[in-house]
Amino acid sequence: MATHSDAHAHGEHEHATVATYGKIALVLTIITICEVSAYYIPAWETSSIYVPSMLSMSALKFFLVVAYYMHLKYDHKLFKALFSGPFAVASLTLIGLLFLFSKLVIRLGLLT
Amino acid sequence: MTATTAPIAHGDGHAHGGGHHHTSLGLDNRKIAIWTFIGSECMLFASLISTYLIYKGRSPNGPFPHEPWTNPSTGEVMKPILDIPVTSASTFVLLMSSVAMVMALNAVQTKYEPKVTTWDKIKGSSKLWLAATALLGTIFLMFQAYEFTSFVHEGLTIRTNLFGSSFFTLTGFHGAHVTVGVLWLLTLLAIDFKRGLEPKDALLVDISALYWHFVDVVWIVIFPLIYLIK
Repeated sequence: MATHSDAHAHGEHEHATVATYGKIALVLTIITICEVSAYYIPAWETSSIYVPSMLSMSALKFFLVVAYYMHLKYDHKLFKALFSGPFAVASLTLIGLLFLFSKLVIRLGLLT
Repeated sequence: MTATTAPIAHGDGHAHGGGHHHTSLGLDNRKIAIWTFIGSECMLFASLISTYLIYKGRSPNGPFPHEPWTNPSTGEVMKPILDIPVTSASTFVLLMSSVAMVMALNAVQTKYEPKVTTWDKIKGSSKLWLAATALLGTIFLMFQAYEFTSFVHEGLTIRTNLFGSSFFTLTGFHGAHVTVGVLWLLTLLAIDFKRGLEPKDALLVDISALYWHFVDVVWIVIFPLIYLIK
């Protein structure tokens, strides 16, 4: 296997192993089951932690796919910047618009 | 950044699809391009998701996603229009397609490693994993077609109300991206059958995999925001 620096020099990168891919798949499945289950549990669905918990589980799934399946964890920092820069701008824009216009932030308890 | 665009020919003298186009950083410019494209796609989907969330709960007339509504023509009280079990199944299918995609990339990268056990042979079959990814993507699209058709039958179109407009626009754009991804995967599969994908072609598969995983992560965001959060 090429060294890390060699791999970068060729625009390639080290990857997670197949076993890691399997573990990530299992975690993604479990989180998805938790998300859907939460929807059907009235005590959870109506509680104040419901929306934050759904957003947290979604964010964790997002991170796992981007870091391991898209290999960004192992990739060159330029690729990380090319993704995280626009993603940060997009996220902040979305959050800003929600605070300005949406009812979701009220449900989150961030505004009254 | 200066890009040197002369392709480096491979051992057989052909500049295949896997021919490298390195930048001064030593990074392939096609990979920089796909990450730049994905970054721009983040902004596109953020705008569509924002629009959906801003309009959420502002439709004066039904159908509604999570609340019962009265059909104005019949007076009948209708159930909420979203079908969570069906969409949960399609979400699982799309997640598993991402698993198949990483396995396809891994199979291409490790093509020349010895395969002793049956699992090694399954693991090393890029054709199998590419076909599985395309199939799972197609199943997701069939779920979406079923959902759209049932919504139209229940009276929700893109012109019915704010929910319909923002829902069909957001999920329709996502479905269009999945469709492009499936066509891309089928192209790779055809190449694999024609001449076989080899480790030198790994970048071709990697770029399509990045696109496919991005389509998956967009759905990871969309699914709870539209379907699970009332």
